[in-house]
Amino acid sequence: MEKILEISSLTAGYGDQVVLSDINLTVYEKDFIGIIGPNGGGKTTLLKAVMGLVKPFSGKVKFFHRESGDDRNIIGYLPQMNNLDRDFPISVTDVVLSGLMSKEGVFSRYSGRQKELALNLLEKLGIYNLRKKPVGELSGGQLQRVYLCRALISSPRLLMLDEPNTFVDTRFETDFYEILRELNEEMAVIIVSHDVGTITWYVKTIACVNRNLHYHRSNVITQEQLEAYNCPIQIITHGDVPHTVLKKHGKNHDN
Amino acid sequence: MIINLAELLQYRFFTNALLAATLTSIACGIIGTYIVSRRIVFISGGITHASFGGIGIGYYYGFSPILGAALFAVLSALGIEMISKRSGVREDSLIGILWSFGMATGIIFIFMSPGYAPDLMGYLFGNIMTVSDGILIVMAILSTIIVLFFIIFYKPILFIAFDQEYAKTHNYPVQLMNSVLITLVALTIVMSIKVAGIILVLSLLTLPQTTANTFSKDFRTIMIWSVIFAFTGSFTGLLISFEMNIPSGASIIFSLILIFLVFKVLYWAITRMRVIKQLKKNKL
Repeated sequence: MEKILEISSLTAGYGDQVVLSDINLTVYEKDFIGIIGPNGGGKTTLLKAVMGLVKPFSGKVKFFHRESGDDRNIIGYLPQMNNLDRDFPISVTDVVLSGLMSKEGVFSRYSGRQKELALNLLEKLGIYNLRKKPVGELSGGQLQRVYLCRALISSPRLLMLDEPNTFVDTRFETDFYEILRELNEEMAVIIVSHDVGTITWYVKTIACVNRNLHYHRSNVITQEQLEAYNCPIQIITHGDVPHTVLKKHGKNHDN
Repeated sequence: MIINLAELLQYRFFTNALLAATLTSIACGIIGTYIVSRRIVFISGGITHASFGGIGIGYYYGFSPILGAALFAVLSALGIEMISKRSGVREDSLIGILWSFGMATGIIFIFMSPGYAPDLMGYLFGNIMTVSDGILIVMAILSTIIVLFFIIFYKPILFIAFDQEYAKTHNYPVQLMNSVLITLVALTIVMSIKVAGIILVLSLLTLPQTTANTFSKDFRTIMIWSVIFAFTGSFTGLLISFEMNIPSGASIIFSLILIFLVFKVLYWAITRMRVIKQLKKNKL
């Protein structure tokens, strides 16, 4: 298996506050990792550190690409949506095309082929009819799909999604995970989610992040294991998803 | 009295005013779209008022007040952009501080200047009739730079303004681009002071854009229509100011507001008619 991303002894945070400590994780081709953990445990910070939005205090993030090129270009990133300005005058197609930013120079206009690529992606995710709409007129679920297109247009080797199901309507949710499963044939996927019950159903492996990271090489996780990982989260179950229901976490736990 | 445009065009001060209105409309139409889209109207207000400090210092030391204003505007613009991120002072508080600091500095220096401060009202409320050839040349250069900059860098400007964080993940020079743009904002404001004055200039940067925004939600379209609206408003305002002998800055603002109201009502009427049509269709 080919390596895509290697995080070694990464420590990161904000100001003088350490949020992540000594994180090690290697992502290979075809990986499908679900990142779980309590709020404030550092899940989003981990993705941001990989994307270069948070400067690590120490440690390294290394990218492996097939051909030489821009480092972060191998990652398609779907950030959390809460800081989006809905009134910004930009169309759906333009947002998707902005995912090509670093592949293209600062000056160049988009070629017909790139526009076609954007439209094909929109079609694939069932929102072709929205292509000319301003982002302000979309629902949360539609916007999420637009963001997914933006993340995918650069044909990344690794797709990183931060809470993609926050705004997604339940009807689209199953579709969304099926799309991810399909995408996983071509690229590695890392997904951060609150909805632990559902993601464990789709992912191949689980990473528990709560200041430290514990990698669990299976998508079945038990209460004992979660406790051992110092990962106080509550699993809400769906149907016959393999599951464990946790009680609220106590104070001290040994790793 | 009906204005005879052909006759007016023979006066140098009128052709200068018309040229100034055209150049200001181009710069303000484009820069204003950026300001409104990025929601940095308050920052722009801060920059505008801070520039008054430079005007006062210019009066006192006897150099061009507009040059002083440009210096103050650019420094406060870059200051807001950089300091608030590093010092931990909240951005809007910092704007408020610079806003009043500039005004205070300005009034102190003007008060200390010996004699009468000529054209002070012009700086506060605008006087497009007194635009000199020198300022026209500066306006022409700045407008050209802005037009070229926005044509060449349209994509990064749009994408960085829309989603800075995402642009950073693609290794875009976000910081550099923001600094260049805020400098252009500051210079546009200073150049427009002659037309609308410190107190009224914000309207040139927001009213045409808001008018265009009633029927378009596309950055490029808003930019183009803003230039058109800004020009129509300035031209109409200029004529009204002649005809009624009132200050040009104020009459330009009123024309812009009038255009805005006309479009707002038109837009409302059109959507209303569409709804009624739809309802009738459903009934049949």
